Amino acid sequence: MLKLEKLTKTYATGDKALCAVDLEVPNGQVLALIGPSGAGKSTLIRCVNRLVEPTSGKVLLGGEDITSLGSSALRRARRNMGMIFQEYALVERLTVMENVLSGRLGFVGFWRSFLRKFPQSDVDEAFRLLDRVGLLEMANKRADELSGGQRQRVGIARALIQNPELLLVDEPTASLDPKTSRQIMRLICELCEERKLAAIINIHDVALAQMFVQRIVGMKKGELQFDGSPDLLTPDVLTRIYGEEDWKATITKVEEEVE
Amino acid sequence: MSSSTLEAKLGTQWRKPHFIKSPYTRYALIGGTIIYLVFAFNSIEVNWLRVSEGLVRGWRFISAFASPDFLSHGTDIRDGMIESVIMTVASTVVGILISIPIGLGAARNIAPLPIYLVCRTIVALSRALNEIIVAILMVAIFGFGPLAGFITLSFASIGFLSKLLAEDIEDLDRAQAEAIKATGSSWLQWINYGIQPQVMPRLIGLSMYRLDINFRESAVLGLVGAGGIGATLNTSFDRYEYDTAAAILLIIITTVMSLEYLSGIIRAKVQ
Repeated sequence: MLKLEKLTKTYATGDKALCAVDLEVPNGQVLALIGPSGAGKSTLIRCVNRLVEPTSGKVLLGGEDITSLGSSALRRARRNMGMIFQEYALVERLTVMENVLSGRLGFVGFWRSFLRKFPQSDVDEAFRLLDRVGLLEMANKRADELSGGQRQRVGIARALIQNPELLLVDEPTASLDPKTSRQIMRLICELCEERKLAAIINIHDVALAQMFVQRIVGMKKGELQFDGSPDLLTPDVLTRIYGEEDWKATITKVEEEVE
Repeated sequence: MSSSTLEAKLGTQWRKPHFIKSPYTRYALIGGTIIYLVFAFNSIEVNWLRVSEGLVRGWRFISAFASPDFLSHGTDIRDGMIESVIMTVASTVVGILISIPIGLGAARNIAPLPIYLVCRTIVALSRALNEIIVAILMVAIFGFGPLAGFITLSFASIGFLSKLLAEDIEDLDRAQAEAIKATGSSWLQWINYGIQPQVMPRLIGLSMYRLDINFRESAVLGLVGAGGIGATLNTSFDRYEYDTAAAILLIIITTVMSLEYLSGIIRAKVQ
């Protein structure tokens, strides 16, 4: 269970990205975080694994306060949190296999990783995951040879090989076409289901979020505006999160697709 | 913009705004530059009598290239070249090994402030002192010979490689490095997986370039007594043996050009 208590982040520039956010994510729940650009979605998930240092508040994962950990305890805690990035963030000049195995870096020593001598169990798991995301043939390709959708599948495999309890997913579909976006979202949600993973998925595409998750949280200017099931997202709620617009098209479209 | 002003603007000329907006500042700067240049050129004295004598000497030097003499001091040239190559390779390797940690420390995005300042100071110190000046100091400390040249070139390589490596690290794609950090990797693993693959082509390219520079510098350092082919070259100048000097210069030029060609191939391979 992930629990955020009064989580606040104020950047050095004075921008308040998060204002005392309280949020609970039970084990195994997939949650979509929506909101306009600059609402603090990315900051929120980065505060969870402390790629961004929160200014105040607590992040409790399984009862442990992440915000108070020293650097080596933080590294151990990060192993429990897989992250999937916008624009994939694969190390482009490494092979697909190295990218996937990099998810095990927190578990192996420096020299083993330096010499690429990962334990056989890790290598086997990497092959299983690549097979699961449909990229077994690509193991020895360099990451920059893959298409966008393929790269994001590698990103997913890299996060899952950590064997995490929680997935932090930052705009996984931002640079993908609509069909690939759906495939990627479906894959992430299926894998969470298979492995009983909790996930926070930042996503711009409201319709896509409604299609795949059971719970949606809306943010605006660093504060939570909405927390509920996808069918409670009415034009009023969207106006509260994003501001005045004609929302009918967004929502009806989703209902048609769901049916 | 309202339509009335649009109407007014249609059909009128458009000119790019001046880089320096105030006309006073602009004309003052242009005027000042012209006046400075006039005085500067007038202050350079040319002794035409001296030039006419010098042209004859210069011509003898250049015409020696038509008949370079590789043989009469063949062993000196060979020994000088061997010394230069040893100096070049050894100083480049040592330079690279030392500049990698300093380069990491001099990159603001990965190093904490105190380390950053120390490394930047080392870089600045190494770059502020010209090779010749360092070489004179080293010759004073270690005596004539290639050891002084080796230390000088290593020292100069550190400033060059660390600075450019640090700048490359500062420009790298943060997302890739962040993704590796998020896996719970240690600092060394993070450098090895998140940073190194991104800067490797540049590091290899720079190292090859530095090898090239160090070889050329080794020819110059001989002039102040730091050994290598430069010492041989200096001796031949002192004895007015322009044909031997021409032979040495031809060897240097050929070597530099082949190094350039080689580094081109290697850089294309590692992209």
